[in-house]
Amino acid sequence: MAVVETRDLTKIFKEGQIGAVNNVNLETREGEFLVFLGPSGSGKTTLLRMIAGLETPTSGEILIGGRVVNDLSPRDRRIAMVFQSYALYPHLSVYKNIAFPLKAQKVKKGLHKEKVEWAASLLGISGLLDRKPRELSGGERQRVALARAIVREPAVFLLDEPLSNLDAKLRASAREELERFHRRVGTTSIYVTHDQVEAMAMGDRVMVLNKGVVHQLGTPTDVYDNPADTFVATFLGSPPMNLVELGDVIVGFRPEHFRPASASPDDSVPFRFKVENTEYLGSEWIVSGTLIGGKLEGKEISSRLGSARDLHLGDICNFVVPRRELKFFDRITEKRVEPRALSWQ
Amino acid sequence: MFSPAVLYILLLVAGPFLLAVFYAFSDARIGNAEMHFVGLENFRSILQSPSFRVAIRNSFIFTICSQIVVLVGAHILAISLENTFRGRGVIRFLILLPWVAPIALGAIGWKWILDSIYSVITWVLVAAHIYKPFSAPMWLGEPRLAITSVLLVHSWRMLPFATVILLAGRTAIPKDIPEAAAVDGAGFWSTEFQIIVPMMRPIMSVAVLFGLIFTFTDMTVVYILTAGGPFDSTQTLPSLAFALGIQGSDLAAGAAISLFLVPLLVIIAYFMLRVAHRAEVT
Repeated sequence: MAVVETRDLTKIFKEGQIGAVNNVNLETREGEFLVFLGPSGSGKTTLLRMIAGLETPTSGEILIGGRVVNDLSPRDRRIAMVFQSYALYPHLSVYKNIAFPLKAQKVKKGLHKEKVEWAASLLGISGLLDRKPRELSGGERQRVALARAIVREPAVFLLDEPLSNLDAKLRASAREELERFHRRVGTTSIYVTHDQVEAMAMGDRVMVLNKGVVHQLGTPTDVYDNPADTFVATFLGSPPMNLVELGDVIVGFRPEHFRPASASPDDSVPFRFKVENTEYLGSEWIVSGTLIGGKLEGKEISSRLGSARDLHLGDICNFVVPRRELKFFDRITEKRVEPRALSWQ
Repeated sequence: MFSPAVLYILLLVAGPFLLAVFYAFSDARIGNAEMHFVGLENFRSILQSPSFRVAIRNSFIFTICSQIVVLVGAHILAISLENTFRGRGVIRFLILLPWVAPIALGAIGWKWILDSIYSVITWVLVAAHIYKPFSAPMWLGEPRLAITSVLLVHSWRMLPFATVILLAGRTAIPKDIPEAAAVDGAGFWSTEFQIIVPMMRPIMSVAVLFGLIFTFTDMTVVYILTAGGPFDSTQTLPSLAFALGIQGSDLAAGAAISLFLVPLLVIIAYFMLRVAHRAEVT
């Protein structure tokens, strides 16, 4: 097991352009499950590929287990990677796929069988060892890829969107399985995804990236409840945090904190809200509309409610947000600032 | 709807083929209208002829050895042309040239390059003081050298085609796969031989089967370079059939020799169809 560290890591693909990854400083913790979260093009995969050794950094250092590995080839970094496509070797059986890293690393042949069987049983694919990858379902392929990654007991696990090729139903169960697998193996893992649900559910910590820059690194609660800037605030949460400009600050509040006045505690900010659309999602409702009156006239806001049966299109209702749920961001830098008193009217 | 194709096959393939079978069992000669059925006599005399045995041996040597040279060479070229670099387009074009140029032109070019008096290779070797003037090897005049020369010209001819096919095969492999192999700890050679080459086997067999047919049935290279000589040492089945049947007026013998190509080509065709079928299925 090992800690992965990057120091001012930068990757510029084309000279003169802004980097795909810019000055990333990061340190994992022993055995943690760290998630890189960001939209496509945010540099999260490039960052992961640099750690894996598949991409050469333009500048900066990568350390694995305290050793600078910049000049080491992927094979010498003691890492294992699960690719988005799984990258199984199509001409080899599942057994040979899992055994390949052992063979490549010149592990004694006598040990192969035992290790492959151990990895296969860990992932519940012992019955598939004779099959070829094309005869497997998506979920099974993913498990083979994991087994191939775990078989030589790597120091670090790198996972590049391993669930994105699965259908929605399978994804939920595969996610749970992956969490359980990580708890059992306890290897430091870095997981790349653009899916905030995966990031929140699986990550010990989440690193939010955009355009090659780290916006925030923190626990899922941290990044959700205390976003460092407006990007994190709007990238996480569905629908995203409501942001309204007031003077020199941007005020944000989560849709679930924007509620009808009756259900609110005392210390809260009142709003007049015109309902323009309601969506029923089974366990909850998403209500969207605009604010009426005051400085915020016409601002579009969404709300997430347990029930919106009493709300009708066109209704103008009293809504409130508890004052402690308000987040404040600087209007220029868009970074989080201390709460302050504001005149809302 | 199929009639043009059927007509084409009947006229240009089945007709000459049946005619060859017919001639092979007769004593047909050019300039002689009389013809008699002679049974297996032609085959008997061919099998006893030393030239024929050399021709069969050469046909196999040229075909198999040139395919090995081509496969290895095409592999190296495909690997080096896979990555982008300055001037890659020009180099790809140059490599493709031998394939685009008419084979006869290429062979004539080589005939001059290997000529006993004007050979540029000999000139270089003499200039480099490796050989004294007039004692340099006769590339096309000594049996072993002539065989090697023909073989290399055949390889030169097939190399571009195989390179293009292998290059296509390599680019068709998702980048993830060699990357996964690299992370799994495989070096260049084990990635190449345990992952890439096995994955390219179907497309490689297409290149090989095409190469086999082209080389096995080709007579242009031999005919232009050596005309089968010296002392019939570079004859192949097609060139011997031409030499005996057309130039030597013994139509019956030429037909019988060319029939020896049939079983081998049938086998190759069978494998080609199987590969094509498998490519369709998967």
